[in-house]
Amino acid sequence: MEKFKGKVWVLGDDIDTDIIIPTEYLALKTIDDMKPYAFSPLRPELAGKIQPGDIIVAGKNFGCGSSREQAPEVIKALGIRAVIARSYARIFFRNSINNGLLLIENNDLCGDIKEGDEIEVTVGENILYNGKKYEISSLPENLLEILSAGGLVNAMRRLNGLD
Amino acid sequence: MGYTLIEKILMHNTGKTSIKPGDIVTVDADRVMIHDIFIPFVAEKFEEMGFTKIWDPDKAVLIYDHLVPASQVDDTRHFHIGDGFAAKYGLKNVHRSDGICHQLMTEAGYVKPGNVVFGTDSHTTTYGCVGAFSTGIGYTEMASILGTGKLWIRVPETIRVNVNGKLPENVTSKDIILTLIGDLGADGATYKSLEFAGDTFDNMSVASRMTISNMTVEAGAKCGLFSPDEKTAAYCGIELNDFQKDLRGDEDAVYSRVINYRAEDFVPVMACPSQVDKIRPVSELEGIDIDQVFIGSCTNGRLEDLHAAASVLKGRHIAPFTKLIVTPASRKIYKEAADDGTLKILSEAGAIITHPGCGLCCGRTGGILTDGERVVATNNRNFLGRMGTSKVEIYLASPVTAANCALAGKIINP
Repeated sequence: MEKFKGKVWVLGDDIDTDIIIPTEYLALKTIDDMKPYAFSPLRPELAGKIQPGDIIVAGKNFGCGSSREQAPEVIKALGIRAVIARSYARIFFRNSINNGLLLIENNDLCGDIKEGDEIEVTVGENILYNGKKYEISSLPENLLEILSAGGLVNAMRRLNGLD
Repeated sequence: MGYTLIEKILMHNTGKTSIKPGDIVTVDADRVMIHDIFIPFVAEKFEEMGFTKIWDPDKAVLIYDHLVPASQVDDTRHFHIGDGFAAKYGLKNVHRSDGICHQLMTEAGYVKPGNVVFGTDSHTTTYGCVGAFSTGIGYTEMASILGTGKLWIRVPETIRVNVNGKLPENVTSKDIILTLIGDLGADGATYKSLEFAGDTFDNMSVASRMTISNMTVEAGAKCGLFSPDEKTAAYCGIELNDFQKDLRGDEDAVYSRVINYRAEDFVPVMACPSQVDKIRPVSELEGIDIDQVFIGSCTNGRLEDLHAAASVLKGRHIAPFTKLIVTPASRKIYKEAADDGTLKILSEAGAIITHPGCGLCCGRTGGILTDGERVVATNNRNFLGRMGTSKVEIYLASPVTAANCALAGKIINP
């Protein structure tokens, strides 16, 4: 199974899509243009500090709010390797899968972890932190198919015989 | 074995003779809605996916509402891309300045009871008010539906909400849905269908039901459904067929939870900054100074909402230093409110009346507030930074509560 390590940024419960990327920046031309404003209502400094390979750990209902797909896209564009939260809002969950952003559900990690610490993730199996293993489950098959194609665009390109 | 309302809609759509929560099914979209903010992304993804035609152009509706009229030069790009996409692929249902998408979808007759509808906006849940399964999706999924007409769906569990009795004076459907969101929590219905039943809803207008379906997503719900009745049929301009008449939860349907309320127990409430589930009775918030009041949006910008505000404000004037901004949800509502004198009453009371659209609700066009300012608003979200800076405090309330607050210049129990 795929394995990776990363430094952790810790956020709370109900991190909504207006926090992830406020409406006023949604009409910027590219996702890269939006990157500096990610999480700005809550932590304006955060987008500038995130390094590729970092991991976000959060509480419940991550991604609640609007259907804006720029939310998972901007997180991915910042180089975030995965989000680990207690739970996700449904539209954000679908949008993340469709854009190839890895989401992991775990109930206990966000209560134990300290921002800046490093964790090791074995996809579909567990998270290793401070010598303790946190179990995680695998995704349903139809979602794994989209993820393995590299997102929904690629899955549709296959359908249309382009790749 | 009995079925819930959402299960009946999904069985009808897929032709399956049985269905249960957790099943993954592929549905055919009866209608899809795309709005101006996301059309450039939908168009780009659609072509990147390799599609050359829309599966059924008559089933797609394109609505400009978030950026109308343009407030930044770049906004116009969205209209040009949208118009180009519509022309290229034969999309005829385009509304360029007729109102807010969720108002138009039912008002203009695009959605009927029992339909399966997807939109690029989280408040697509609104059409549950006529007994349609409608929910929000992202623009990549919308691009794939435009190409295939299909989407996979996990059959949701259902939470049944029963309300019976007569609501007290000055308590509205907004107070019901805010109270429910407070009781469920902002993730209390995540992935689930909310099904509403009881004589309180039977006696309610379709417009009031819309307010409730609209906000079900604030509890995380996939949809919020009402059984179609004679009022629904009249609103949609149809006669209900046998399938539509049967769109109600069976006696022996399986619910993940049943919640019962007595209508008489509801009081006027507000969602306090900055979570939609932070609900308190207005009576406990009285005296808090406010700077602005907003009455409008896809949640509460309908004629009955404007009437409620006008009945409070008639012959009176709002408090000094308080701005009242009123946004009818559609051109049709605007015209009706102009014709019956409602806009005159509101204007004489000191209201600023704007064109129909989404601008104020999402802090995109007009009515922006700054650090330390407070607004009482009838829309559906009070998130950090939603209507200005992240230090603006947003209190969500019903139109009747909001109008009373505008008169007093502070929070006051209606």
